[in-house]
Amino acid sequence: MRVVLDNLDVFVGGMRTTVSLTVLGFAVAFVIGTVVAACRVSPVPPLRWVGGFYVETWRNTPLTVLMVLFFFGLTKVGIRYGAFTTAVIVLGGYTGAFVAETIRSGILAVPRGQAEAARSLGLTFPQTLAHVVLPQALRTVVAPLGSLFIALTKNSSIAAVISVGELAFRADRLSDSTARPVPVFLGAAIAYLAITVTAGVAFGIVERRVAIRR
Amino acid sequence: MRRTWMLAAVVSVALVAGACGSDKKSTSSGTATTQAARTFAPGSTMARIKAAGSIKVGVKFDQPGFGQKNPSTGQVEGFDVEIAKLIVKAIGDNVKIDFVESVSKNREPFLQNGTVDMVVATYTINDTRKQVVDFAGPYFVARQDIMVKSADTTIKSVTDLNGKNVCTVKGSTSEKNVRAKAPTANVTLFDTYSQCAEALKDGRVIAETTDNTILAGLVQQSSGAFKLVGAPFSDEPYGIGVKKGDDEFRTFVNDRLDEIVQSGAWAKAFEATLGKIGLATPEPPKVNRYTGTPPAPTTAAPTTTTAR
Repeated sequence: MRVVLDNLDVFVGGMRTTVSLTVLGFAVAFVIGTVVAACRVSPVPPLRWVGGFYVETWRNTPLTVLMVLFFFGLTKVGIRYGAFTTAVIVLGGYTGAFVAETIRSGILAVPRGQAEAARSLGLTFPQTLAHVVLPQALRTVVAPLGSLFIALTKNSSIAAVISVGELAFRADRLSDSTARPVPVFLGAAIAYLAITVTAGVAFGIVERRVAIRR
Repeated sequence: MRRTWMLAAVVSVALVAGACGSDKKSTSSGTATTQAARTFAPGSTMARIKAAGSIKVGVKFDQPGFGQKNPSTGQVEGFDVEIAKLIVKAIGDNVKIDFVESVSKNREPFLQNGTVDMVVATYTINDTRKQVVDFAGPYFVARQDIMVKSADTTIKSVTDLNGKNVCTVKGSTSEKNVRAKAPTANVTLFDTYSQCAEALKDGRVIAETTDNTILAGLVQQSSGAFKLVGAPFSDEPYGIGVKKGDDEFRTFVNDRLDEIVQSGAWAKAFEATLGKIGLATPEPPKVNRYTGTPPAPTTAAPTTTTAR
């Protein structure tokens, strides 16, 4: 493990990039997920179709393929982002599809009478969603959102294929420059665990705070 | 029922493999002369391989000119493969070679845990690697060069890369060399040389740098889009990796390399492989019979400026 201790800065730098990729990616995913979920339960058929199309295309394409496609493909049509930005967009877009399905299941779990009561009071559909249904729905899906966050942390390692210097990428390089793959990747595993276990604990706390007591 | 079917499949594959093996035997038996009489000390790696009748050799499967799997024949082809065949032939004419794909970072573990008996895979000899494996050879010296767009006139030497975006692949000594020679270059790393070439085409990087042998192949594929700068800035001696401490086997491989060079088989192998991608046959390097382990380079990685 000597090689890990000698290169702690590599692991710390990698963790910093991994955490920023994950947090920014999850923020993008949360916004996309909420909008798409709202589309999928809306009374307007075209919106439902768009939401369904989004989920099916993003959810069913491998992340590595999306990453390379966005990085190299978009430049062919004149759109260019740096590697880090591309990674945030792709991770956010991909995870957004899963967040959308999670939130949709939360919406469906809210008793129908809640929405009916809100509509009979004169609230519009967006108002009903924003003030009555979504607040209850989100509270029930904290645990699955936590799982998605952890999955995203690990998925962020795929950004290495487009040269983003996150944890797995830096571990890979360190393993090559020192010819000691086993201790280096053990170090990387521990660093990932530090991030994911912390995230798991944090989501657990949030879950208990906002739980609906029925 | 399924198990029976699978057993049948395994048996038929084994039969086919056996048939291929005997094919090879018949074609190579014509050159059996002194080698057939060679005997090895009991307990040596050579004796073990001869007794087993097969050897596992780690090669690249994706390196044009050195080790590349031909999709139509399923055979691995290239200079590394030819060198391996020439060496193994000296152990015994009927020794069958199993080529095992060994990507850069698998080479040391594969040698250490016995997955392969030797590695001939564009394997640069250096002191870090000598801590964990030993090297016969070198059998070839590649030189790191720079590839740019054909219209580019700004890059004339490696120092011109300072402050520029440069691309190379992960797990290569090319990265270390370019950082040493152009410390402020912003190095982007991909998994494959072709992705680097794509980034060069897109203008995300201004140059791609790695061994001239690899760049030559890329220039040829680019149909005029790229050119070689022709300002080599490092020597990359390719060695044959063997298990650390197996000096008997290493000396055996070194002796064979000397023979191969003298007999002209080295030049012939070069012309049949790397010569075909437009490289002129160079002087073969002298084998380096080093002893002992060099002092370990510091394990701290150099500070870098990799883009996030």
